[in-house]
Amino acid sequence: MSYSNKVIDHYENPRNVGALDKNDPHVGTGMVGAPSCGDVMKLQIKVGDNGVIEDAKFKTYGCGSAIASSSLVTEWLKGKSLDEAKTIKNSQIADELELPPVKIHCSVLAEDAIKAAIADYQAKHGK
Amino acid sequence: MKIKLPIYLDNSATTKIDPRVLAKMLPYLTDDFGNPASRSHSFGWTAEAAVENARQQVADAVGCDSKEIIWTSGATESINLALKGAAEFYQEKGKHLITVKTEHKATLDTMRELERIGFEVTYLSPETNGLIDIAKFAAAIRPDTIIASVMFVNNEIGVIQDISAIGQLCREKGIIFHVDAAQAIGKVDFSLADLNVDLMSFSAHKVYGPKGVGALYVRRKPRVRLLPLIHGGGHERGFRSGTLPAHQIVGMGEAFAIAKAEMATELPKLKYLQNKLLTGLQAIPEIYVNGDLEHRVPQNLNVSFNFVEGESLMMAIKDIAVSSGSACTSASLEPSYVLRAIGRNDELAHSSIRFSIGRFNTEEEIDYTIKLLQEKVAKLRELSPLWEMFQDGIDVENFQWDSHDTQRDVILH
Repeated sequence: MSYSNKVIDHYENPRNVGALDKNDPHVGTGMVGAPSCGDVMKLQIKVGDNGVIEDAKFKTYGCGSAIASSSLVTEWLKGKSLDEAKTIKNSQIADELELPPVKIHCSVLAEDAIKAAIADYQAKHGK
Repeated sequence: MKIKLPIYLDNSATTKIDPRVLAKMLPYLTDDFGNPASRSHSFGWTAEAAVENARQQVADAVGCDSKEIIWTSGATESINLALKGAAEFYQEKGKHLITVKTEHKATLDTMRELERIGFEVTYLSPETNGLIDIAKFAAAIRPDTIIASVMFVNNEIGVIQDISAIGQLCREKGIIFHVDAAQAIGKVDFSLADLNVDLMSFSAHKVYGPKGVGALYVRRKPRVRLLPLIHGGGHERGFRSGTLPAHQIVGMGEAFAIAKAEMATELPKLKYLQNKLLTGLQAIPEIYVNGDLEHRVPQNLNVSFNFVEGESLMMAIKDIAVSSGSACTSASLEPSYVLRAIGRNDELAHSSIRFSIGRFNTEEEIDYTIKLLQEKVAKLRELSPLWEMFQDGIDVENFQWDSHDTQRDVILH
């Protein structure tokens, strides 16, 4: 498997690894994938009172491109409103990381993780 | 001592040619280039003498008569010739064959081909330690069973099957018994004189010999008959036509002779390194050794590192050359069928690494490997949501995962 330098950089120096308190009302948690498929992503966002994402953390079980995809989206999410965050598409992630075709599903999973985290946050706020 | 990176720990895939083997081969590529089938001049006679000397070396290493050895292009061809050749010859007696789910693809795909042309094949499941239950093997035998094929040493998990017991059973029932011994030479001390084996496949490049050459043992007493796959000039008594590659055959003979002569000193060294690696890796929590540890060759250690994914682990340990059972490293996108057949779940199959130690590995290299694995597994677990769940006491295996359907998401509350 030959990865782009961007994937290798995110893999070797992953950004925003960690966990936020999932019971904090400001925090939305999304976990997607399944171990049997070889990929599980947990993405957490912390949303300020102004509706802007202040912080994002991830943990990922998966191949190099799954780790890179989730690391990249944590960078992209910070400072975005929830509506802006929802517009992030897997194709943008795949393009940025120059993912090979067999690894496109990793970018799909990252997009799903964003949507899941936002849905969890909004569910906490009765939306 | 300075270690040269990357460290080669994939000796079950192939081995570096032994310099002593190479030295024996070189003259047959230069001055002694003759065709062993040329009967009319000294170039041919020299090459033929070298080929026959190598045949004797191989026969001595495995305990048979040199007339029972046929040169092939490698173990895959030997297996094809053994199974297709015997199945075709004996098809009047019956159409049923027996093999095991953990065999090499050379056997399994050949069996599939035989099924396509009308044979029936039983694929036995091994026990969770990778070994065959002899009673289950016996139960699979039918009146129309003509051939059984079992590998001596498994290429992924290194377990050694009880070839002696299976062979005895086959002989009693009049079943032709083929053994894929590609991974056994120099690792298991055996003699064909003591085994009820009718056909045995060998490879040179797994034993520090050259790639592209192998051999098939065909028993003469009681005689086993085969139909050839490759027709032509009638070489190898008609079993396998094609000009013999004298230089490669000389290499195989020398490689087998060295393996036999040095086994007594080499095995304890491999065993020591295997033990050292195992002990070092056992310092890491939640690791699982795949395959039986007792009935196992000393060069193999196959370990699953729970809660880390195989391909990312391979990326993290790129200073060592190993194999993984992860789907991500294969073209098929399925995790190792061998680990699945011994009952490992997908996650453990995904996170498995096969370390195979060889003649040229050093203790320093094993120390380096242990340190690297301890460090990188810890780092990847810091990244792993599964490790976090495990530490929080959540049963990861029975957790309700929303597998495959990426449109719906699991949300943790």
